[in-house]
Amino acid sequence: MPSITKPVAAHPSLAKNSLGLTIREYEGSMSTLCAGCGHDSITAAIIRAVWELSIEPHMIAKMSGIGCSSKTPTYFVSGAHGFNSAHGRMPAIATGANAANRALTYIGVSGDGDSLSIGLGQLSHAIRRNLKMAYILENNGVYGLTKGQFSASSDLGSKNKRGEPNRVSPIDPALLALSIGATFVARSFSGDKEQLVPIIKAAIAHRGFALVDVISPCVTFNDHAGSTKSYSHVREHQLRSIETDFIAPAPEILAEITPKGVTNVAMHDGSVVRFTSLPENYDPTNRQKVYNYLLEQQGQGNVVTGLLYVDESAPDVHELANTSEVPLSQIPFEVLCPGAATLAKLQEEFR
Amino acid sequence: MSDSAARLNDFAVKLANPNGSGSASANGLLMQAMFRMGVPVSGKNLFPSNIQGLPTWYEIRVSGEGYMARSLDYDLMVAMNAQTYERDVKEVRAGGFVLYDSSWPLDPRLMRTDIGFLGVPLAKMCNEQFAEPRERVLMKNIAYAGSMAALLNLDMKVVEQLLTEKYGGKKGLKESNQKALAIGYDYAAKHFNCPLPFHLGPMQENGDKILIDGNTATALGCLYAGATVAAWYPITPATSVMDAFTRLCAKYRKDPDTGKNNYLIVQAEDELAAIGMVIGASWNGARSFTSTAGPGISLMNELLGLAYYAEIPAVVIDVQRVGPSTGMPTRTQQGDILSCAYASHGDTKHILLFPSNPAECFEFAVKSFDLAEQFQTPVIMLSDLDIGMNDWVVPRLTWDDQWRPNRGRVLTAEELQEMSKYFRYSPRDEDGVAARTLPGVDAKGSFFTRGSGHNRFGVYTEMPDEYQDVIDRLLEKHNSSAKYVPAPVMLTRPGAKIGVISLGGCDPAVREGLDQLAAHGTPADYMRIRGFPFDTVVTEFLMSHDYTVIIEQNRDAQLRSLLTLETTVPKEKMRSALFYGGFPLSARQVVESIKKFEEK
Repeated sequence: MPSITKPVAAHPSLAKNSLGLTIREYEGSMSTLCAGCGHDSITAAIIRAVWELSIEPHMIAKMSGIGCSSKTPTYFVSGAHGFNSAHGRMPAIATGANAANRALTYIGVSGDGDSLSIGLGQLSHAIRRNLKMAYILENNGVYGLTKGQFSASSDLGSKNKRGEPNRVSPIDPALLALSIGATFVARSFSGDKEQLVPIIKAAIAHRGFALVDVISPCVTFNDHAGSTKSYSHVREHQLRSIETDFIAPAPEILAEITPKGVTNVAMHDGSVVRFTSLPENYDPTNRQKVYNYLLEQQGQGNVVTGLLYVDESAPDVHELANTSEVPLSQIPFEVLCPGAATLAKLQEEFR
Repeated sequence: MSDSAARLNDFAVKLANPNGSGSASANGLLMQAMFRMGVPVSGKNLFPSNIQGLPTWYEIRVSGEGYMARSLDYDLMVAMNAQTYERDVKEVRAGGFVLYDSSWPLDPRLMRTDIGFLGVPLAKMCNEQFAEPRERVLMKNIAYAGSMAALLNLDMKVVEQLLTEKYGGKKGLKESNQKALAIGYDYAAKHFNCPLPFHLGPMQENGDKILIDGNTATALGCLYAGATVAAWYPITPATSVMDAFTRLCAKYRKDPDTGKNNYLIVQAEDELAAIGMVIGASWNGARSFTSTAGPGISLMNELLGLAYYAEIPAVVIDVQRVGPSTGMPTRTQQGDILSCAYASHGDTKHILLFPSNPAECFEFAVKSFDLAEQFQTPVIMLSDLDIGMNDWVVPRLTWDDQWRPNRGRVLTAEELQEMSKYFRYSPRDEDGVAARTLPGVDAKGSFFTRGSGHNRFGVYTEMPDEYQDVIDRLLEKHNSSAKYVPAPVMLTRPGAKIGVISLGGCDPAVREGLDQLAAHGTPADYMRIRGFPFDTVVTEFLMSHDYTVIIEQNRDAQLRSLLTLETTVPKEKMRSALFYGGFPLSARQVVESIKKFEEK
């Protein structure tokens, strides 16, 4: 997402999605983040993903908390409703929103402060409930808006701008999520749009809660030598071990022969996530093995990226609660209110 | 047995038990049987924050005249708890009686000569009649209920009918209860002069009434108002609101064709999340609510400010208990008035509703949703433990099938299409309300909801004039709601120079107290406040009396403070009578407090 004013008119040669919309129609207002901010690249990836998925803009709900990352929903899909809520409280607001209208696509954008400190409880419980939403954690290991404090994802020994090392243990959102039953865990890098776009598409297609942890360097406060969340450090240590491709629902996929060394996972909505270049014996549906692999690579200083884990068998909030398929917000009052005769009758219980 | 004259349908009974002994079902049975006899009756459960062992009391007041407040004049004490025996015996009024378990000898030091002692060997008889240890304990309660039936002239046919209704299919349970009841009844009938000088007689007062607790009535209101999303965190004394709502939804909100639920109830991880879910659901067009108590209100402060500033409806049911901090979770108070009125940082003011009994809990719960959507703002209904958890006799709840919810100003896709451009906070109507849009309706209605500074177009701002423009409108909007909240209830008396203002569960005690004062030559006018912001009629009432006594259940005169802050009435015109120990108010306390002002 460029931080410059964009022309109003779209070029006629721009490609259109199946709704006949160009990618320009999925853009938002101009970013006010620092030039070169990793978050802007993620915004661009989100725009591409939802455009490619041909989701009607007004059927998207953009949810966020507070922080640099949480500002970004203004920068994509201006035709969608957005909710920039309160610090660390987006998961609860999204839970309520989803409860009221299950027909919308929920895209949450949060940061490491919003998700792993003040909002750790709400994030954890949204994961436990398997709330259907794509939750993008723009992880830069630093508090940007308040100018450079360590966050809960700052690695041990990672240095701040003044050269002081972080001495408290970090929270790894991917490991945390796996340990509390997450059904979709991915990690990517804001500088790797090629990897990020299919992951976001798969996250949106996922049956429940999809956590996408995106390492997103803060050019102003955490991009210096000694930081483990800088562009250069992540580029050097990124282990792009799990290549992911997203294939939208289409009948012809079923007939295709899977090439050797490729794992296909069918998503709830009929789409397919294809894993390639996997390490030997890597099973993206085996929670324990994925957990062990991540821990092992973390010990070697590697940042493993890709769609790490997926489980399409777990029901989401509504499936668990057996909620009406019609969004609750759209059920007529006449259906909801039991009426005077029932009230008269039920009061016999109170005699 | 006593020289006091016979009194029909005018007495109070107190039952003292250790918690967890199963006394609740016996006490409930007694209360319900009296209600079925057509006699005005009220019950107050004074229970501990404990599952087993601590003292618990249940008070039943019978009043042919219809006075429903707690009485402090106990005619009969059912003393079943050794821990509190000494204190319980002291509380009986002269000429009254103590019913005790004579399976063990009574400590002669506890004897009083001005009251009668009725010993019933409850444990001994139950041990002989029942084999199971747990049954022996439970049936002791039913046995004392049997003795009371004989002593108070309770209609045994009514009791029999209640047992049939309760244990219909469970023959064994019904038989055990019948047996225990008979043991107690027969013993009392044989050994005492039954009935006692004060006792029951059938009346026809309850034909159009029900016996219901405020939390169940609140849940019914939420059901009827069309609430579909509820989020909550377990807390005494609000838990039974959601228990009742869950039960009601399971029964009345399942689609008969699809078998799917037309509701979603989420047990949240804490109250921060519970209110967040309510706000999210309301933002998205569902009627949504949470129920909580003071500690939950403290946590919800943060997001109540967001809902206020971003103008999102939210309904909060606050069943007040004793604070501060954990306080006394099973005791009643009106201690959240100020923290609710101004909940959250910055300039915030919220609409408050104050029901005084379960019938108003039903009515005001429905009203809360209308006001929240009409004014696009949080509405807090302040009930309390006394109203919420005790059974009250109230008129049958009624419903008008023509009634439709007021969903406030919400634009449809068609309306949006006709507009050149939509802005969230502009234009406004005469009440200061601007039309909102719902996600998923039309791309033209999309906007970015934010708790950060915004101007009348909904766009981020840090400019003083743009910020003030919005925050001033919010105040206008709040003030406009004064004429929509339930109007005060007035009770005037000729010749009254003083006024009395009260609210919520104080009402029965205040009305009874004022009757007594009037009978003794001190008439007072009474205004019961039912909503905030205050309409002009409140100021007029305060200004038209020499002085007004504000009666409320908190230490810091919170209602009086709010009246001082939010009306132009001089502070000197208001005096406080404050009762905050945690038990429901009685008329005696009201009378004594007002007399004190009159003597000065």
